[in-house]
Amino acid sequence: MQTLDEIVASAPIFAELHQDDLLTIAGCSRTAQFAEGEYVFREGQQADVFYLLRRGAVALETFAPGRGPLRLATVHEGEILGWSWLFAPYRWHFDARALESTRAVAFDGECLRGKCDEDHDLGYELMQRFAQIMVSRLQATRFQLLDVYGNGRG
Amino acid sequence: MLRRLRETADTWTLELEPPRQGFEFAPGQFTMLYAFGAGEVPISISGDPARPERLVHTVRAVGPTTRAICSARRGESLVVRGPFGSTWPVEAAEGGDLVVVAGGIGLAPLRPVLYAALARREAFTRIVLLYGARMPDQLLYTAELERLRTQGIEIFLTVDQADEQWRGAVGVVTTLIPRARLDPGRTVAFVCGPEIMMRFTSSSLVQAGIAPERLHVSLERNMKCALGHCGRCQFGPHYICGDGAVFDYPAVEHLLTVPEL
Repeated sequence: MQTLDEIVASAPIFAELHQDDLLTIAGCSRTAQFAEGEYVFREGQQADVFYLLRRGAVALETFAPGRGPLRLATVHEGEILGWSWLFAPYRWHFDARALESTRAVAFDGECLRGKCDEDHDLGYELMQRFAQIMVSRLQATRFQLLDVYGNGRG
Repeated sequence: MLRRLRETADTWTLELEPPRQGFEFAPGQFTMLYAFGAGEVPISISGDPARPERLVHTVRAVGPTTRAICSARRGESLVVRGPFGSTWPVEAAEGGDLVVVAGGIGLAPLRPVLYAALARREAFTRIVLLYGARMPDQLLYTAELERLRTQGIEIFLTVDQADEQWRGAVGVVTTLIPRARLDPGRTVAFVCGPEIMMRFTSSSLVQAGIAPERLHVSLERNMKCALGHCGRCQFGPHYICGDGAVFDYPAVEHLLTVPEL
């Protein structure tokens, strides 16, 4: 079984970080598990954590009266869940619910923000990496909005 | 017409019986299908190239001609011209990984690739299908895909929109690319679907490290003669009917962003 240090060191989002930075990040982490159907976080709650999914899948949803939960996207093994820990007011914008039994590494956002305030180089590295994730998700969401399969030309 | 199978609310797979000698074709080719009194349209062949005794098309009913074709009943006749067009270079992927990325009905022109690859499974290290559709009930060939999965094809599915009954991935087909953990140096990729989807997907595959010359796309334009004469399907310097529909990505990459084309 891998240690948290090993998991952090092998995670693509933390690739090529200095060993000291990897240890700092691992020092702000813990393991987490969610049963099928369990909420990982709820819209509006304090967002002081992000997750690296190790196994399973999580759905990002929002609840609409009369329509129930509306599913926006899913996050899967190896992917990062959550970036609201980076930006005030540090609140979740959506619900996240485990679609199946899910294991993750949870990173304490408040802890990491403190480390980044002390070490701006680490802060820059993390900001760059999360910015890349956000750009990818934004592009995918824009593509999704185009509804390209719904124009009758298939 | 031998058999008509409903795939989705507006899409049918038609099995036609060709003349005695069969209908030879290669993956990627299309025919011009004519319904008496309605008209003629280009439709990709979606069947198994190893079974020329059956000519199979998957047709989405979006206009009067395709609706007429999809309404044909057992025993009725359709007129077929072809096959036309270029072919997916399946052999270019031998010795490495064959990756097929399909969006919506774009899986239909790619299904012959899967059949051809499975017939020579030992020639490929991996055969991967990344397939996306708008909603779960618009995924094609769902039962068959499960069978193909057991025969050695890695299949990743996603939909753009879903309710909570859907237990799979939600998101555009490009989100499947990192999940498939492709080896760029070993991958040859074939992409087919709405043209916006092909632009996004090709860009994502190149970003993932796959060389553009290892990508191939299938394009479509309005078509009339299918013989390279009328110019109706002209796409820059190319005729879709003769030079395509399957193109090497570098040959068309710069044309895909020209709105006038």
